[in-house]
Amino acid sequence: MKPKTIVEKIWESHKVLSEEGKPDLMYVDLQMVHEVTSPQAFEGLRLAGRKVRRPDLTFATMDHNVPTENRSSIKDEISKKQMETLSQNCEEFGVEVAGLDSPNNGIVHIIGPELGLTQPGKIIVCGDSHTSTHGAFGALAFGIGTSEVEHTLATQTLWQSPPKTMEVRVNGRLNPGATAKDIILAVIAKHGVDFGTGYVLEYTGEAIRGLTMEERMTICNMSIEAGARAGLISPDQVTFDYLEGRKNVPKGDDYEKKVAEWKALATDEGAEYDAIVEIDSEEIQPMVTWGTNPSQGVGIHGTVPYPEDAETGAEKKAIEQSLEYMDLEPGTKMTDISIQHVFLGSCTNARISDLRAAAKIAEGRKVADGVRAMVVPGSQQVKMQAEEEGLDKIFKEAGFDWRQSGCSMCLSMNPDFVPAGERCASTSNRNFEGRQGKGARTHLVSPAMATAAAIAGHFVDIRHLDETVTN
Amino acid sequence: MEPVVVHTGNTAVLPRVNVDTDQIIPKQFLKRVERTGFGQYLFFDWRFLEDGSDNPDFELNQPQAEAASILIADHNFGSGSSREHAPWALQDYGIRVIIAPSFADIFYSNCFKNGILPIRLAEEKVYKLMENGKDSKYEVTVDLPNQTIKDNNGFEETFEIDSYYKEMLINGWDEISITLRYEDKIDQYEEKMKV
Repeated sequence: MKPKTIVEKIWESHKVLSEEGKPDLMYVDLQMVHEVTSPQAFEGLRLAGRKVRRPDLTFATMDHNVPTENRSSIKDEISKKQMETLSQNCEEFGVEVAGLDSPNNGIVHIIGPELGLTQPGKIIVCGDSHTSTHGAFGALAFGIGTSEVEHTLATQTLWQSPPKTMEVRVNGRLNPGATAKDIILAVIAKHGVDFGTGYVLEYTGEAIRGLTMEERMTICNMSIEAGARAGLISPDQVTFDYLEGRKNVPKGDDYEKKVAEWKALATDEGAEYDAIVEIDSEEIQPMVTWGTNPSQGVGIHGTVPYPEDAETGAEKKAIEQSLEYMDLEPGTKMTDISIQHVFLGSCTNARISDLRAAAKIAEGRKVADGVRAMVVPGSQQVKMQAEEEGLDKIFKEAGFDWRQSGCSMCLSMNPDFVPAGERCASTSNRNFEGRQGKGARTHLVSPAMATAAAIAGHFVDIRHLDETVTN
Repeated sequence: MEPVVVHTGNTAVLPRVNVDTDQIIPKQFLKRVERTGFGQYLFFDWRFLEDGSDNPDFELNQPQAEAASILIADHNFGSGSSREHAPWALQDYGIRVIIAPSFADIFYSNCFKNGILPIRLAEEKVYKLMENGKDSKYEVTVDLPNQTIKDNNGFEETFEIDSYYKEMLINGWDEISITLRYEDKIDQYEEKMKV
């Protein structure tokens, strides 16, 4: 039999209909729903007198608008209405929702895995581009628009053309100080902000195999920042161990049966991809972005580039646009860039291991004067776990704000934002203009690098923090 | 959905690369639960000054882009967030066709659900259109059945488009109604896979 990629295997097993001259009609195993991209979809169903075909394969949460200080009093009336609308819609259509008072509430891409809803081989969709996160489990997971949310609610299917596949091979072992976040930022910096357009990325190689599930989620999460709707990793023992015992994962013999199925999903030896890109781990340093798209980043010892060094006219234009917005001079050392805000959070980097890595650096140190730093756990579960481990105390003693969970300052739809003209070291996924507030300047980094920046007041090589800071 | 068949209109030139959906419609406008009325917020941070007046430097505010219904854009247009509010805002503003060298995947498919025709065209051809439209009003006719773009001065190019998407736009179809015709197939799949 011809060797197959995991994407081909998942595709073949999900075809409801395949006819010449049309996309395939694909079955969706799980749709996750949040408050921002769903109200118009439910309204569409209502107007057409349609039902949710499989409420049991649909799961909702609220995350984008959620205040991180006081959840019980939401001052923004429009935010409040959007969240209430989700509750009402879920009640009317019979969909389970992890509301603000649920211990399972959190960012949609954090709670799916936590609850064991995310599993290998599933097709998972959500009206959110970071749905690619769930690919870490060997699921084919991608973001969709609200019309497709409605389509999936009504039919549990989507019309999709078979995607091209691209292997993203990360060779060798990571340098000390380099993390999963640095891998994905380095891959995007090397290959460009849209190298994945039209492809599903499959991450392979020694460095990927050595990652924990939470680290793999960070990588897959940012596939969309390379233009790829989905990115995934073939499941292995690390995947199965993470899932065992979680709510919604089969138990006992059923679990063993599932694992056997999951094992068969991994890409076969000798399977062919439509394209391959590579990076050597040796090249990967702790990364910092300087621009307004996630590909505009360099290692911590790098400098802000000169537009005239760009290889293409389009790239030169992109650099000029970015430097103007970011108010940075070409040639500036990354370690000379001061920051006023630090955001530890988002579906990219707000899992328990991210907070542990940050707390390790914060412990016994202090946030620099003039820096506002906050920690926003990815879910209420993560928050509770962190508090059980005393991480909240470490952060608070170091001068960080310890908040409730939510998307928060990743996109600042809730009350948290960065004021115009100020800089933020952020563990989130997008450094777009205005993303963290109108005129705000975002630099993407790993949790360890964000924490180190909070302490030093500027970007610093995590490996040399003590030489840089004496407090 | 309003069909797109043959469309003639003025062009607006937006020569910026990687225009993400956060720029097309900033987050503060995503809190609405309606599907309409987003046009007034299109490109909000670029289009308006602090005091709420039009930013005269922004491309869409310039006289040559007045009442434009065809947007000429650059590489990787519509990247980032999956928010369908982006095509809703463009459509509500009056944009029916977007021509660019490349589009982000989610945005590209969102366009078809909202009566907007996104056309991928080779970079040099897009830049030719930009050149033609950047300083004065420039009208172009897009013919979807024949897959052509023409102006009144001899510019004529063909473009590629998936036949399924093409038919959907020409007919203004509601995709859910089409799918529901295959309900028995979905039943059979669920039966077979025990989902």
